[in-house]
Amino acid sequence: MKKSYQIEVDCAACAQKMEEATKRTEGVKDCVVNFMTQKMNVEFADGADRNAVMKNVLAACRRVERDCEIYI
Amino acid sequence: MNRKQKVMLARILASAVLLVALAFIPVTGMARLLCYLAVYLVIGYDILSKAFYGIVHGQVFDECFLMAVATVGAFALAIYDRSGDYNEAIAVMLFYQVGELFQSYAVGRSRRNITQLMDIRPDYANIEVDGTLERVDPSDVEVGSVIVVQPGEKVPVDGVVIEGSSSLDTSALTGESLPREVGQGDELISGCINISGVLRVRTTKEFGESTVSKILDLVENASSRKSKSEDFISKFARIYTPAVCIGALLLAVLPPVASLVMGGEAAWHVWLYRALTFLVISCPCALVISIPLSFFAGIGGASKAGVLVKGSNYLETLSKTRTVVFDKTGTLTRGVFEVNGIHHNTLEDERILELAAHAEVASSHPIARSIERAYGGVVDRSRVEDIHEIGGNGVVARVDGHQVACGNDKLMHTLGVEPVMCHSIGTIIHVAIDGEYAGHIVISDVVKPNSALAVKELRRAGVDSIVMLTGDADRVARSVAESLGIDAVYSELLPADKVDKVEQLIAHRRPGQALAFVGDGINDAPVLSRADIGIAMGAMGSDAAIEAADVVLMDDDPLKIAKAIRISRKCLGIVYQNIFFAIGVKLVCLLLGALGIANMWLAIFADVGVMVIAVVNAIRALFVEKL
Repeated sequence: MKKSYQIEVDCAACAQKMEEATKRTEGVKDCVVNFMTQKMNVEFADGADRNAVMKNVLAACRRVERDCEIYI
Repeated sequence: MNRKQKVMLARILASAVLLVALAFIPVTGMARLLCYLAVYLVIGYDILSKAFYGIVHGQVFDECFLMAVATVGAFALAIYDRSGDYNEAIAVMLFYQVGELFQSYAVGRSRRNITQLMDIRPDYANIEVDGTLERVDPSDVEVGSVIVVQPGEKVPVDGVVIEGSSSLDTSALTGESLPREVGQGDELISGCINISGVLRVRTTKEFGESTVSKILDLVENASSRKSKSEDFISKFARIYTPAVCIGALLLAVLPPVASLVMGGEAAWHVWLYRALTFLVISCPCALVISIPLSFFAGIGGASKAGVLVKGSNYLETLSKTRTVVFDKTGTLTRGVFEVNGIHHNTLEDERILELAAHAEVASSHPIARSIERAYGGVVDRSRVEDIHEIGGNGVVARVDGHQVACGNDKLMHTLGVEPVMCHSIGTIIHVAIDGEYAGHIVISDVVKPNSALAVKELRRAGVDSIVMLTGDADRVARSVAESLGIDAVYSELLPADKVDKVEQLIAHRRPGQALAFVGDGINDAPVLSRADIGIAMGAMGSDAAIEAADVVLMDDDPLKIAKAIRISRKCLGIVYQNIFFAIGVKLVCLLLGALGIANMWLAIFADVGVMVIAVVNAIRALFVEKL
């Protein structure tokens, strides 16, 4: 299952960091962060609870880039 | 400006005013330090906290860390020297923040500009309810409902015109400025703008499945496929920042120690200052920001010209194209076949066409269509049974109880029928009925008016080998190739042979060069994906082509291929300019900083100034009209 989220991030390198952090989060199969369109496409693992996973994703992203935002 | 940027601007202004005010207030000693420290915190608290949390979370070497160390270091030096000159530390932070603000503003601005240019998203659809028009969200329009498109409005969903006629501006989709005329019964593609008349349209697709959504989706996701240059930059930044930090540390420690050993003065603060300058210069943001921006602008510019590039990596490969392989039909020729003659027939013309049209009933190939058109009558499926398509060679079927075989000479030979060869130029469809030769149908394709010019333009764009593949007869292929000036022709190929041929050509190309395959998106998906870069033409409305190809030309003009290559060259040129310029200026400034010639002010230019220039340069990739 794939879903696209609007995000807010200031620099391309930070977007890259968010992508890596999201990929490492449990329940995420794959993730692409697009800095230019300020979008994050997340592919969830089968049977994952989307909202719970996204909460962890946001926490993981905040750890690497403190003032990023994901509109869940 | 968004809220974050406004807050930043306020902080910058406040600290600048405070800094000037402090210069006129005669405070000394501890009070002075506290005053300046307060200003420093106003401008730099977020950087300090980011640097702190970065260290806590194991992300040590980032820009914030560099700036925090540089400015705190400058403060420490001023305290150590008892000079009371805290201006430099604050100024560095101030200018860094100005640079960051500009960067975020400029990037946000150009991002919006590019997205606006590509904005073909319709805002609403008009549905007629009880004689009045009602505006609804395009995604709420169900398949089969009737919508009204008024002059000046965008067609929101794909559909068929049921009433009215008008001209359409398709330039947002195809880059073609000539309007297209539509009338009752014509298909409408979403994203076009209705110019003159009111159209009533029966929708054939949902909004999500419509052309406009597909294209937007494709372009929006394009920049997420990263090119090698982008990968290079992110890897570079990963090594570069720690390397610079270590360099700065060495610069601060080694020369003074060496000097002490030699019996001289240590001059710690001189070297510490140089090391801090070194840190400020080294911020890699000019590179990190301008490379993806250049690609994004390049992809945006290309889509304005009717060329959809699916990712930065494809734009990069496209720029290296030295070999272009065409699948003849639908790219160089129209793919519209016409029956030009029927020779050596044992039955009358109409009967041959009738049987052939029925035998080919299941085929969607353009040749089958042309036979059906030439027959003119209604094809009755119930008269046909046992249809066997013999891939690339033809078809065998039972029509009205007779075994009918239509296809090339290979098919005839496998059936043990001796075909009569034809001297006309064109595709020859031999027909055998019940194992007896019954004559052949000559079908010829029309070369597109722009094809010869397109080949010439490709050469001008630096392509040195142009190859044509076709399933057609050798003689047809040669005559087309000769008239267009194509280097090599491989004819009478089955779909699988085309893949093999492309693989052979790929094996023979020189390293660093790319091979592009151009197809019409029908039946050539395997070849499109096998080539270094697959280009599908005339893809407006064809989902399969959009799926399989890396580059999609919205209309069927072969001239666009050369244009696409030139756009990619320009974009990559800008990327390399930015890489060399940014790294070059940084290296020179780093050297000057290490030698003590550069001060903090030059350091700020090396960081912010270079970034601004690189961003402005990146935007140039958007302008592609004159290419």
